[in-house]
Amino acid sequence: MPKDGGIGASSKRREDVRFLTGVGNYTDDINAHGQAHVFFLRSDVAHGKLNAVDTTTAAAMPGVVQIFTGADFEAVGGMPCGWQVTGKNGEVMQEPKHPVLASEKVRHVGEPIAAVVADTLEQARDAAEAILLDITELPAVIDMKAAVVANAPKVHDDLANNLCYDWGFVEENKAATDKAFLDAAHVTSLELVNNRLVANPMEPRVALGEYSQGTDEHTLYTTSQNPHVIRLLMGAFVLGIPEHKLRVVSPDVGGGFGTKIFHYQEEAFCTFAAKACKRPVKWTSSRTEAFMSDAHGRDHVTKIELALDADNNFTALRTDTYANMGAYLSTFAPSVPTWLHGTLMAGNYKTPLIYVNVKAVFTNTVPVDAYRGAGRPEATFQLERVVDKAARELGVDPIALRRQNFITEFPYATPVAVEYDTGDYHATMDKLEEMGDFSGFEARRKASEASGKLRGLGVNCYIEACGIAPSNLVGQLGARAGLYESATVRVNATGGLVVMTGSHSHGQGHETAFAQVVAEMIGIDESMIEIVHGDTAKVPMGMGTYGSRSIAVGGSAMVRATEKIINKAKKIASHLLEASESDIELKDGAFSVAGTDKSVAWGDVTLAAYVPHNYPLEEIEPGLEETAFYDPSNFTYPAGAYCCEVEVDPETGKVSIERFAAADDFGNIINPMIVTGQVHGGLAQGIGQALLENCAYDENGQLLSASYMDYAMPRADDLPMFSVDHSCQTPCTHNPLGVKGCGEAGAIGSPPAVVNAVVDALRSAGKDVTHIDMPLSPDRVWAAMQ
Amino acid sequence: MYNFEFQKPDTISDAVAALGAEDAQALGGGQTLLPTMKQRLASPKVLVSLKGIAELQGLCMGDDGSMCIGGATNHATVAVEATSYPALAATAAHIGDPAVRNRGTIGGSLANNDPSACYPAAALASGATIVSNSREILADDFFQGMFTTALEEGEIITEVRFPIPEKANYQKFLQPASRFALVGVFVAKFADGVRVAITGASNDGVFRWGEAEETLSTNFSPDALQGLSLSDSDMIADLHGTAAYRAHLCSVMTKRAVMAAN
Amino acid sequence: MAQVSMTVNGKSASGEIDGRTLLSSFLRDDLKLTGTHVGCDTSQCGACLVHVDGVAVKSCTMLAAEADGAEVDTIEGQANADGSLNVIQQAFQDHHGLQCGFCTPGMVMSAAALLKENANPSESEVRSYLEGNICRCTGYHNIVKAIMAASGQDVSSIAAE
Repeated sequence: MPKDGGIGASSKRREDVRFLTGVGNYTDDINAHGQAHVFFLRSDVAHGKLNAVDTTTAAAMPGVVQIFTGADFEAVGGMPCGWQVTGKNGEVMQEPKHPVLASEKVRHVGEPIAAVVADTLEQARDAAEAILLDITELPAVIDMKAAVVANAPKVHDDLANNLCYDWGFVEENKAATDKAFLDAAHVTSLELVNNRLVANPMEPRVALGEYSQGTDEHTLYTTSQNPHVIRLLMGAFVLGIPEHKLRVVSPDVGGGFGTKIFHYQEEAFCTFAAKACKRPVKWTSSRTEAFMSDAHGRDHVTKIELALDADNNFTALRTDTYANMGAYLSTFAPSVPTWLHGTLMAGNYKTPLIYVNVKAVFTNTVPVDAYRGAGRPEATFQLERVVDKAARELGVDPIALRRQNFITEFPYATPVAVEYDTGDYHATMDKLEEMGDFSGFEARRKASEASGKLRGLGVNCYIEACGIAPSNLVGQLGARAGLYESATVRVNATGGLVVMTGSHSHGQGHETAFAQVVAEMIGIDESMIEIVHGDTAKVPMGMGTYGSRSIAVGGSAMVRATEKIINKAKKIASHLLEASESDIELKDGAFSVAGTDKSVAWGDVTLAAYVPHNYPLEEIEPGLEETAFYDPSNFTYPAGAYCCEVEVDPETGKVSIERFAAADDFGNIINPMIVTGQVHGGLAQGIGQALLENCAYDENGQLLSASYMDYAMPRADDLPMFSVDHSCQTPCTHNPLGVKGCGEAGAIGSPPAVVNAVVDALRSAGKDVTHIDMPLSPDRVWAAMQ
Repeated sequence: MYNFEFQKPDTISDAVAALGAEDAQALGGGQTLLPTMKQRLASPKVLVSLKGIAELQGLCMGDDGSMCIGGATNHATVAVEATSYPALAATAAHIGDPAVRNRGTIGGSLANNDPSACYPAAALASGATIVSNSREILADDFFQGMFTTALEEGEIITEVRFPIPEKANYQKFLQPASRFALVGVFVAKFADGVRVAITGASNDGVFRWGEAEETLSTNFSPDALQGLSLSDSDMIADLHGTAAYRAHLCSVMTKRAVMAAN
Repeated sequence: MAQVSMTVNGKSASGEIDGRTLLSSFLRDDLKLTGTHVGCDTSQCGACLVHVDGVAVKSCTMLAAEADGAEVDTIEGQANADGSLNVIQQAFQDHHGLQCGFCTPGMVMSAAALLKENANPSESEVRSYLEGNICRCTGYHNIVKAIMAASGQDVSSIAAE
């Protein structure tokens, strides 16, 4: 019987009502009195020397308030990078300057050169067309391997070359790994591309800066997944505004998927310009601008090798990856191919020796950073593709090969520096075999063949790491931020309460799910709880939402703060009930004395806290508000098994997804409906990567996929109904809710299933195809068959 | 977009007069023109909407048995009302998406002659006559390479007359992002022969595949196309498909269109 | 500048606009009906979908001047008279057919247009009709399910919570 409230209930989302009636409050819905609009003049060349920017004519055009160029930002800081990776031999990564507006050079198509502030957007755009640019075009560096050869044109003249870092992990394993390959009975190797993607939340980015001359206070409304991080990065590193003079608000945000984590130039610009122009300044990205200014995702080129012994046990794994950083280091870019990728290379398998090499490369392209999964999809894709290929080479069942090598004992310390606390990979695979109806596959294949189609089945596993932590460890790894989360629980006199969380919801349903947790802990109705997020003036501190960390880290902070509330409330209750505090029990919203029928309601206790007439003032303060900061002791490790069945039209190469099943272990579940929805969305993005999405540049650095006319977003008719299960639950051992996080799993686990399935389909027709690079668009599949 | 003066005349003559102004441009459904203007790639000073002209709206049967469609008739209307030419109705029913079909017009689509649009293939394969405010133009003369037509400046498509074939079918292979035709083939079998028009594939825009027409005119069956192929030398090559792939799709889609028409 | 008048959600609305003013801008900026969203500039995403004279149109690809004299319906006018969610809106909430909510107004308006044309759409008919509405969050599963449920069909056999 499903619960109708609290933890484990599929409570309907309270935020839906405002979204469904058109009264949500997205950043672009906010307009400040007297606001001006900014239009960014962006580079249309990938690489060039910026000789001059002549704004004379433009500045005199109607409605123009002020025009800014790189020179106006010489006195402020550049865009900061939040993670410093140390490569081989202790070499610290090369970190280029990243100006708010281009100075000296332009380094990618879309880089902002000048910003025109005018009364209206059209006026700003008119004036931008009158700006005269003198740019000497330089050879662009687009291909990563070409970027690191000697004498390649340099993206940054003041760096030694285009290599950001050369990271070896774990360096101590290298010799033993190499030896294991010499001793191997079989080695499978695969070269592959993890295609560049654009996150494409449906809401484009928006920034609105305001400045109060009277109080010297700045406010920035922005479409961010982590307003406090923006406050810190922009305040401290770019504009030099102390936190108490800077408020950052991220109201309803229309999807993030990683790309709204980062601090962007447009945010710093609008904040800066609002003061300079003495007017609020607003920027709303067009979709075309988004394609060339939102940080992109993925873009790895990898060679992976798997060594097996004569009994098909995995003995070693070795990878060599080029990771595209783009032209500048976006906020967390260096961490993605390293600590979010190399550490996951063990996957679900007890491979004893692993060595990962990653070369991060600067190119004349839009910066690349975290996108849903961030590093983990890249790890999963290469590992699960090479395992599949190995099974085919060895003529063994791909599922049996995986099962044979599963990690089965926990905790398990991998050779890549992390320790899985818990899991049960056979359980999710058992579940998947049931969901996928594998025994019926051959009949379905025959039916497809009868209608002229090829059918394939692909299976894979995945593991990921959520709630990146603990702070003292990630600090050693190069993070320039803490990775805790905070929550403040404020109980009002009449018993209702407000949770101020540093997590940020941009589609994940925190307002509903977080309330379910507190309702369960206190035993009150969910409607008595309000979840507040997205405003640095309301929430004390926050690291925000990314990496599937909200419930595992933010939820845990909220639990800790609520526990403090309950402890204090018990003290008050014990006073009111004239009983020992240790005898007080909280159940169904009432405090009672164990073994008696004496009780006092939640509301009476909260009222006493604020009207402390009968109150132990000598022992505790009035009021009922508590804050907790939670810094996890380890990552959480969701894991699962996915399968995909495809049909391939052999005449056109068109792939259609016929069935997709996902068996996940997310530990404990707060709201199954929301979790299922998160998996659905992740699957769509993973399938989109596998079949449709491709952010492509030509050799001159022109973006070929700069709108939805060329960047193929998954549409309703590209996707099937999904079969999703999360009944296999091994609770996380180190957070109070036993939760693991579910936001990225679908995007991490699905691409290899699709590619494995297509390869299987082609092989069923006798085609000797071992790999096709994503996206498996019709032309590529057709070409592979020729 | 750049600003312009908006006009919405009630009659063809008023529209023609309005289009006589400097930098005036006709606006059909605007489903291509408005996005182009938003990118500031077009800058008309006057935009003349044809949607207010009653005589440009709707479908009727001509005396010669052809299907006549008013130039400002939207795709959704054709999809529903072109019952006597089902292949044309089906073509209209799959242009763009439902909201685009409620605005986009047949005249607008033909006048724009996007190399990946569906209607040019339908008009060319059907041997349609494009009627303007001043003359009648055969489809064979109308399409003159991508985004280029026989229309003069200020000339309005008032009607399109489609002879109705004995059998016809349109097969569209979608470009996965834009959902325009990566390759679209319209096959029409008339008493005096077969016409095959292909969109999406060629650098020269919509074209007729003469060799396939000849073969199909003697044997209207998919088997007749066995061994026929188009050269890829003038085919579009882009992110979504090589020239060779498009040439291949032309054969596949033609075969499927013939199969579906039968 | 020109005068434009229309009926929006049953109320008359008018304004002085440029020729270039898009219907989406007129709704959002002049009428402050910000439920209609703009998610792209190529008429692909459908977040801006409204009804004009009863049919679905993309308001970012229609001039406000073209809607002069028309009846326009937006997401703000969809709830029941007592303020409760209408059948489609309620189905979206019941079946978790939205996450970030940005594409949702367009989805709901598109669903309403579909169900007017086809009272009992199949799964593939719903998917096909939604060709011009992009959602990045839900994978469409629950949107399709919600629309089928709103049409009165039993969706209990479709997987998930």
